[in-house]
Parts: sequence; structure tokens; C-alpha cells
Amino acid sequence: MFETFAALAEPNRYRIVELLRTGPRAVNEIGEKLHLNQPQVSKHLRVLKEAGLVDVEARAQQRLYELRPQPLRKMHGWLERYRRVWEERFDQLDELVEELEAKEKSRAARDRKK
Amino acid sequence: MLHETGRSEGRAINRTTVERASDRELLVTRTFNARARIVFDAMTKPELVKRWWAPRSLGVTLFECDADVRVGGSYRYVFGKDPAKPMAFSGVYKELVPHTRIVCAEIFEPMRSAGEAIVTISLEERDGKTHVVERLFYPSKEVLDGTIQSGMERGMRESLDQLDDLVASLG
Repeated sequence: MFETFAALAEPNRYRIVELLRTGPRAVNEIGEKLHLNQPQVSKHLRVLKEAGLVDVEARAQQRLYELRPQPLRKMHGWLERYRRVWEERFDQLDELVEELEAKEKSRAARDRKK
Repeated sequence: MLHETGRSEGRAINRTTVERASDRELLVTRTFNARARIVFDAMTKPELVKRWWAPRSLGVTLFECDADVRVGGSYRYVFGKDPAKPMAFSGVYKELVPHTRIVCAEIFEPMRSAGEAIVTISLEERDGKTHVVERLFYPSKEVLDGTIQSGMERGMRESLDQLDDLVASLG
């Protein structure tokens, strides 16, 4: 969890993860698509691998990097739970402010009649 | 990494989004069907805060709510499921621009040693509605991550219900 957030907080790593969502890729391919040089890509992939976000697979002459969805799902689960708490709280606030708004309008209407 | 869902009641659909904006901050956004002046009052006046702040479906109640709403003034929200085991958030107001902006420190008292988070609330009125952005800036990446991680570990050992409790306590 912890590593997932930290790994994704870096914009280029986030872009790599987004790219890998479309399928496994080799290092040079990732570099070309995202306009990064190979040492940069390798460095980022190392961090992503340590965070458990990518796996490497040897295929023919190539080493392909692919996404491991588990950490992302776990993180999504947490954020979603957190979001639901806020949503409930804010739904309650919305109800209240609508009520206050309506009261104020009816009071203003009454005052105009006087 | 943006999470949102809608609520539809045949009128404006207001969404709440939560986004991890960096390793130390969370952004929560929402639009309310009222003018900024009213939303600001509802967010700051204790008698109004009591009516919405606690997420009811989790069985949480706001037992006490005190707020001295001026720069340098402090607030304290005491809440929980069981009145015998209350928890509290407290802090000092650092900036107040009526109907527009609130900046305050936030300490979760059971974890006081973790330090204070800085909460910045911006309100922007448009066509009689108010868009609110709440930015929670944690004292360190470790505090935010640690909170998340302890929540996860606990969730594996204990019931989902208790995890909800913990998440609710994150404020």
C-alpha cells in the first residue's frame, strides 16, 4: 500500500503504469513511447518492481514488463472506502445547506410581503 | 486515481471525489446546492456542524463540538461510537476569509505524536452553488502512509466494521 502510493506519486512512473495497462512492454518500447531514456526507464521500473506493481517476464530475446494489478486494487479499495465516508458526510451537509437556503428564501419572501 | 460516484435524486448530481494529490496530501471535492455563505456557516458553526459531520451509517456521533472561529482560535470535535471511548480532532484556525477560505491545523488526539495536518478548505460560489475543495496536507508521507497501512493491516485481522471505524476517524 505504502509503496504503491510512493511509487505512483512520481509522474513518469504513473505514466509507465498507465502505458502498461495496455499490455506488457520492453524497456526500449516504454522509453520511446514516453520520451524517456533507457536509464531513466530502468530506474523507474526498478522502483515499480519493488513496489510489486510490475513483473518482468523473459520472452524470446526480450525482457517484458507487465502490470500486477493487486496493489492497485488494494489502493483503490482503500481510497474508495475513504471516499464513501466523505460522501456520506457531505450528503448530510448538502441536505442541511439546502434546508438553510430554503428557510432563508421563504423568510425573505415573507419579509417582502410585509 | 480519481474516485467518484454520483448521487441522483432527479436534480443536480453532486459527486464527492477523493484523490491522492501527492505522497503527503489528499484532495476532497464536492459541489453543494447552496450559496457559499450558507455552506461556510454550516462548516463552522458548532450547532450546524453537529448536524452533518458524523457519518451516521457507521454509527458515529459527534458528542461535543466547540469552535472559536477566528484566527488563533481553536476547535475541538469529540466523536465516536461509544460515549465511553471518545476520540477527538482539535486544532487552531490559521486563516479565515469569510465564505471563501478556511485554513486550520488538525491533530488527531489519539495519535498526537504524529503531528498536525494542515487542512485548507476553499469555497467557490457559482450560480448559487458552491464548489468546495478540501486539501489535507499531512505532516509527512509516513503519517499518511502509516495511517493507510495500519488501516489495511487491521482490516485483514478484524472485521470490516472496525476498519470503517478507523477510516471514519481519519476525518
